[in-house]
This record gives sequence, structure tokens and C-alpha cells, in this order.
Amino acid sequence: MSGGGSARRWEAGRLALRLALFLSMTGIALLVLMVVAFALPVFSAGESGGPFSWVWAPAQGKFGILPMIAGSLILGTSALALGWPLAAALCCWLIAPPPSGRFSRLSRALVGELVRLMTAVPTVVYGFTAVFLLSPFIRSWLGGTGMSGLTAAVMLGVLILPTVVLVLQAGLGARLESVALSGAALGMDRMEVLWHVVLPRARDTLLASAILGFGRAVGDTMLPLMLAGNAPQLPASPLAALRTLTAHMALVTSNEAGSAAYDSLFMAGLILLTVNAVVSLCLRRLGGRS
Amino acid sequence: MKRILSALALILLSASLAAAAPLDSFNGQKGTLDIAGGTAHIPVMKKAAQAIMTANHDIRITVAGGGSGVGVQKVGEGLVQIGNTGRALKQGEIDRYGLVSFPFAIDGVAIVVNPANGVQAMSKAQLKDVFAGKVKNWKELGGKDAPISLYVREDGSGTRETFEERALDKGTSAGGANVVNSNGAMKTAVAQDENAIGYVGIGHLDNSICGVTVDGMVPSQENAANGSYTITRLLYMNTKGEPSGLTRLFVDYIYSPDGKEFISSSGYIPVDKK
Repeated sequence: MSGGGSARRWEAGRLALRLALFLSMTGIALLVLMVVAFALPVFSAGESGGPFSWVWAPAQGKFGILPMIAGSLILGTSALALGWPLAAALCCWLIAPPPSGRFSRLSRALVGELVRLMTAVPTVVYGFTAVFLLSPFIRSWLGGTGMSGLTAAVMLGVLILPTVVLVLQAGLGARLESVALSGAALGMDRMEVLWHVVLPRARDTLLASAILGFGRAVGDTMLPLMLAGNAPQLPASPLAALRTLTAHMALVTSNEAGSAAYDSLFMAGLILLTVNAVVSLCLRRLGGRS
Repeated sequence: MKRILSALALILLSASLAAAAPLDSFNGQKGTLDIAGGTAHIPVMKKAAQAIMTANHDIRITVAGGGSGVGVQKVGEGLVQIGNTGRALKQGEIDRYGLVSFPFAIDGVAIVVNPANGVQAMSKAQLKDVFAGKVKNWKELGGKDAPISLYVREDGSGTRETFEERALDKGTSAGGANVVNSNGAMKTAVAQDENAIGYVGIGHLDNSICGVTVDGMVPSQENAANGSYTITRLLYMNTKGEPSGLTRLFVDYIYSPDGKEFISSSGYIPVDKK
């Protein structure tokens, strides 16, 4: 009797699972299909003012989004260059030394919690804070208008910090624990084990954390929109304004509906989707190997 | 008992009075209304459409952009019932399509700088040079020796359209200017940056920023309304022939107190129906 009930429940559960799988897969497939379908006509238009040119001037019929693609890549890379080393060092400090001394243990626990808390801070809060604190600072000390690639990159570096720290902590921490005792038997302290044994074998984890951080930096909209200045140009210096694909989409959708400028956004969307798909595929590959 | 009853009656009466809002004219109406054209109109149209559709679920209103040209073309060819333009119709357009115009709001744009900036008046020619990127330092305008930070609105913004059309005489802004995406963001940017110059819808002027006098014209709501400040334009709704049915009701609703509220909250100055 109860066996029959549990079998029925099992059947129902399997059905629900399949339905959920089917729904989410269809949703994703539809999304990709729609974006591609809308982007294709723009792609095949192929005029001089098409999406793959350097000038964005909708009034003159020029819809080039190359400056925005460059902006996204530049900003993603520089955010990673600023945020990743910091995150890696922070992670090593969090996991490496033996948990000795009340003060050091306390401060470690505190920083660990803080990093976890940082994942929950909405990006608009970072953006707003930076508008009032960071950009005046950059304006008065380094020059420019304070709304620049540098400003956005610094804040994006802060944004990806917790992501990178948590990924590294999960990957490196476990490995360190598994060899720490053997290392201690050889007379190495935890930092030495981490440096000489764990890190050289942890290329995949390091790479995965970098890729994830890059994906997060490229995908963020609010920070570049609020801080990067949004001029559709190839930035001449870190203090010049630049526009990312995400900020570009946010800017254009606020006014346009059903025009050529609007259509070119689907191209931007397709490129963003492709970047994120590549990121996630890379992660999948790395995950499979380790 | 009697007192309670009369109080009840009073409450009912006041409730029914409150409900006798402009939206009542849509009672019992159904159908669809399509609106397209000028982008500056979109916030007003959307707020009105939302209010109407919330009150009456049988009415569907779509609001699209496209620009003034698209507005004229679509309403003229009968693809939409209301085509919005940020300019008066040309005689050719009126003749060809038989369009009727309804100006409903004044869109004024004030050029703004940081209150700490010494330069609070300039000529139109200077303004053009500044936004073209030819004049790069406040010194050249009689201010202190500091680089000018240019702030502009995004493409397609109605505020930007009015500014470029009326203040720059259809010129465009320098490519390297910082772009912000709302009047609020513009205010924050200019209030934060001592060397900034930008522009906002005239309804958004306040103490955090300083309106610039251009060619002797002082930006203010009153001056925009009485015509002594000319960096303004009228926003029009256009219909093919005299509007009827739902279209008529919608046009009237825009002129109602509710509509005026939407116009003011979008940063424009309401205009009475002639």
C-alpha cells in the first residue's frame, strides 16, 4: 500500500522534474532564438552604418557598436586586472596561516564574513557611493571628469572581489587541507604548502575564478552606466569616458522603440549572450577536467 | 442614528465625487489605441495609458517611439490613431494627410552649471563652441582656469533633441562628452562636478545646479511659458481628421488635471487646449 504510494509519488516527482526541465530549456531556447532572429536582419543589412563600424550616430543613420564591444572588453579586462590579484591575495590570507592567536582568528572571521556580505550589496549602491566619493577623488587627483573607464574599473574590481575570493576559497581551501598535514610533516608551514604545492597544481581553479569574475564584470550594467561616462568612443586613456554594451542597451531602450537604433540592440544582446555563453562553456570544461 | 446615517451618506458622496475623476469618461469603452512618434512624449503617453488601462481593462493602448517623422507618417497612413511630433506640422503634411494638431506641453531645456562656477551667462555662439568641443577651458569664457566637463543626454532623449535643435541650432555635441540617462543623473553629475556643464528639462531646475542665462534669456518655468525663453518647443499630438471615440477621449484626458499632472511630472509645462 505504502509502496504503491511512494511509487506514485516517485512517478509524479519525475514528471514534475521533466516538466520543469522542459520549461526552462524551452525558455532558454526561445530567448536565444528570439535574439538571433531579431539580430539577423541587422547582421545581414551590411551597410556602411551597420553594427560593425566605429561610429554611433543614430541621427545620421550610423549604428556602429564596435566602440561598445571594445568598451566592454576593456572594462572587463581592467576590472579583472585590478580585482583578481587583490582577491587572490585576500584568499591566501584567509586560508593559509594556522588558526592561531585570538586577534588574527577574529579578524580573519570578520573579513571572511564581510566578503560574504559583499556578494549581497546591490551594484547600484556601489555606483551611487562611487559617484559621490570615488569620481570626485579621481577628478581632483588624476584629472578628467571623474566619469571614466578607470572609475568604473575600480568599482567593478570591488564588485567581482567576493565572487573570486569565494571560488578560490572553495577550490584552494579543500586542497590545502588535504595536504597540509603531509606538508607539516616535511616541515613546511601552511603558507609554504599553499605556495609550493597547492597553487602550482591549481591552474584550473585560478582560471575558473578569473573567468567567472570577467563574466560578472562584463555583464554588469549599473556600474558602467553610472560611472564610465558612456561616450560612444574608443577611450584614449583610462581617464576618458567609454561605453559598454550593457550600458548602451540601457541607454537606448530608455527612449527608442521600434527604430533602427533599437534593432541594433539585438546585435549587442547577441554579442553579450555569446560572451556569457563562452564564459560558461569555459567554466564547464574546467570543471570537467578537475 | 440619524447622525450616523448622514455621516455615512457624506462618506458615500465624497467617495463618488472622488471617483468622478477624468478617468470616468472611459467607463464602458473598449478597444485599442495605438500611439507612435516623438520620444519626448513617451513618458506622458505611457503614464496616461497606464492610468487608463488600470481603470478599464477592456482598453488596450500601445505607445511606441520612432521620432516625429515616424509619428506623422504612421498617423497619416492610418497605422496609428495618434502620431506625436516635437514640432509643428508642415503645411505639406497637413494637406496630404488632413492632420489635426493638439499642442499639449512646452518642453523647455535649461543649460546648467555647478553653482560654484563663476560663468553663469554666455552667448549662443559660446554655447555652440563649448558643446562642439572647440572651447575646452572655462578661462576662455571668463571663468577660472579649469577644463570644461561636458555632460549630455543619450541619443533619442527629448531633452537632447530640444537642446540641439533650439540651443545649438541643429548642431550636435562632441563625441567625447559624458552621457547620462536622465534629468536626475544630469543633476547629480553637474552638482558633483565644479567644472561641469550640461542641460536639464526646465522643470528640474533647483538649488543644486545653476541655470545659465543664454543671450540674456533667463531659464525659468514662467519665461518658458510666456515665450521670453526660447530654448523650448511644443509637444503635439496629431490625429487624422477630428478625433472621435477612444482617440477623442484620450486627447481630452491629456488636457485633464490628471494629464497635466503626468506632463508636469515628466518635466514639461502643461498647455491648455485651444
